[in-house]
Amino acid sequence: MLRSTRTPIAHSARQLRQWIAALALLLVTTSGLHAQDWFKTETSSGASNIRIAVADFKPSLADAQTAALKSTFDATLYSDLANAGIFDIVSKSLQPQTTPGTPNEISLPQWSNAPTSAAMVAFGALGVQGGKVTVNGYLFDAKNTQYPQVLAKQYSEDPSEESARQIAHRFADEIIFRLGGGVPGIAETKIFYVKLGGGTKEIWAMDYDGANQHPITKLGTVSISPRISPDNTRVAFSSLGNDGFQIRMFSLLLGRMVNFPSSGGGTNLSPAWAPSGKELAYSSSRTGDPEIWISDVNGGLSRRITSFRGPDVSPVYNPRSGSQIAWISARSTGLPQLYIMDTDGSAITRMTDGGYASSPSWSPNGQFLTFAWDRKYGPGAPGGRDIYVMEIATKRWIQLTHDIGPCDFPSWSPDGRHIVFANAADGKDAHMKIWTMLADGTQRRALTGPGADMPNWSWK
Amino acid sequence: MKARPTIRQALALASTLAILAAVTGCHKNKSGVNPASLGPAPAAPAAAPTAAITADPLAIDLGQSVVLNWRTQNATVVTIDGIGEVPANGTQTVAPSSSTNFHLTAKGDGGSTEANVRVTVRVPVAPTAPAPETDMTSEALFKQNVKDAFFDFDSYELRPDAAAATAGAATFLLAHPTLKIVIGGYADERGSAEYNLALGENRANAARTALVNAGVPANRLRVISFGKEKQFCTESNEECWQQNRRAQFSIDR
Repeated sequence: MLRSTRTPIAHSARQLRQWIAALALLLVTTSGLHAQDWFKTETSSGASNIRIAVADFKPSLADAQTAALKSTFDATLYSDLANAGIFDIVSKSLQPQTTPGTPNEISLPQWSNAPTSAAMVAFGALGVQGGKVTVNGYLFDAKNTQYPQVLAKQYSEDPSEESARQIAHRFADEIIFRLGGGVPGIAETKIFYVKLGGGTKEIWAMDYDGANQHPITKLGTVSISPRISPDNTRVAFSSLGNDGFQIRMFSLLLGRMVNFPSSGGGTNLSPAWAPSGKELAYSSSRTGDPEIWISDVNGGLSRRITSFRGPDVSPVYNPRSGSQIAWISARSTGLPQLYIMDTDGSAITRMTDGGYASSPSWSPNGQFLTFAWDRKYGPGAPGGRDIYVMEIATKRWIQLTHDIGPCDFPSWSPDGRHIVFANAADGKDAHMKIWTMLADGTQRRALTGPGADMPNWSWK
Repeated sequence: MKARPTIRQALALASTLAILAAVTGCHKNKSGVNPASLGPAPAAPAAAPTAAITADPLAIDLGQSVVLNWRTQNATVVTIDGIGEVPANGTQTVAPSSSTNFHLTAKGDGGSTEANVRVTVRVPVAPTAPAPETDMTSEALFKQNVKDAFFDFDSYELRPDAAAATAGAATFLLAHPTLKIVIGGYADERGSAEYNLALGENRANAARTALVNAGVPANRLRVISFGKEKQFCTESNEECWQQNRRAQFSIDR
């Protein structure tokens, strides 16, 4: 029955709501088609993103530090807006030569006329004075000559490359929030991941754009499956010790490991935070068979919610309701499939109809799952493991990656517009890089070099 | 307010119990009832339990199964070692990986009794290695006698060669009763890391279950899954993947 509803499509998104509406509409209208790996709709030519120009900021003071910080700021702001997925960004070569620093200095027709043809202009000034870097940022509606100002923001921080980047992220998020249908931007979010090095795997973190890559743990063993808590204070992960893989917890506030007792025995892995931040779901084999368990954040009040022979792993909560869990199970079939259930273990629904599914991540609005899927898995089968998105209500799916080698561990950004994942052309751990793309599979680009795996996007 | 039982209520309760005790007692017991006893009436000396267990067939080849059939009388708790508590009468199909004494214990009010049946498993024996050197370390002896169990693609069922390997490990462990081992579960590089850790856990547990069924005490066995996080072989071909789909036996130190 699913056969007739397999409708892979690819189209570019403007806004989350539009994207969802378009997806639902397309899935309905094209439901008679047979399965296709590639399907191009023409919505990309019809839906126009807001055309935005980002002027280089004007150096407001001739401090020695200003030039370097301004260069970092300009590059970061441009990149944030270009990667937001909701803008048609004006190439710098099509912009006027001027760098307006204040509202008095901008001539809007210069920006609204061809070839710039911008609907919106971001501009401002940056300077270092009195040991502080100060940024004045503006967003103007280029077509509204009478009241053009949309945003005016001022930031002041200790001067450093890092603060120049963070100010750019914050200003970008203000613009994205204002122009992106009220959905907060993600320029200040983090991605936690696994970094390979010399036979060990440690938990690392980076900014959403791949900058500021730095280690979190230094345990000298194999640590995997990092999951950041909804309030950004703790990272739960699974780490190999004398008693096998166990759930461990790192406090980002204290900067050290904190206790997460594994009282039950067996292997414990793949933790997942409830959106309340008060519970963790994970896979535990304390009964001799890997099942999904739920504990409080101190490892107490453990209860088992699945009871079928065979592997049950990789739970993830519905971040919107907190009342459902998607996970991977090999019950009844030999190969792992994607399932959802209520958090009390009832209402079990199988989502995939075959192949080999892994690593689900639930969209922030609760409507979609992204996961890795090899639809033709088996010895000798020519399948590839790619990233898919499935609409939960209809079980219809689209394929986001094609022909780039095995992909795994998709993780949704908090604005629902982006998906981060791991990929290597040959599938080898050492060659895995972390990639980001829009949730329709477009604008894919690498965030890290080789040896980075299992990304997990922060909740905010 | 909580009502405290009054003396009258207590007396009524006591007398009711006494009557009940007398009535139930009269059915089983012709002798008088002790009215002071408020508990269950003492039963008559119960008959001693009887038990019998048979297996069909008594000898099998490795991988085949036998049907156990047992009958007991006057027993309240019937257990078979390695299987656990069972009904008073019943049958069960088992597939032991090595020759096994099925030991049945029937406990009743009249005491307990035991019954045994031995199932012989004909294990294909590899050509025996030359007699071990006397100065051989236990590690080398272990390596020589205990072979790892290998698994099919995406499976944690013991196939015949893996059953033979676990049977060999069981024999060695039974002959060296102080030895403790770690059973490591492994998966090949294909598939997803988290799922492979669970699969490795199931593989190691399949080997552990076979050892326990063969009579090795569970407290001598420890299971750790490594999934695909540790590999024996890193080539991307079936020969190599097979090397990595295993339950590894090693001495627990």
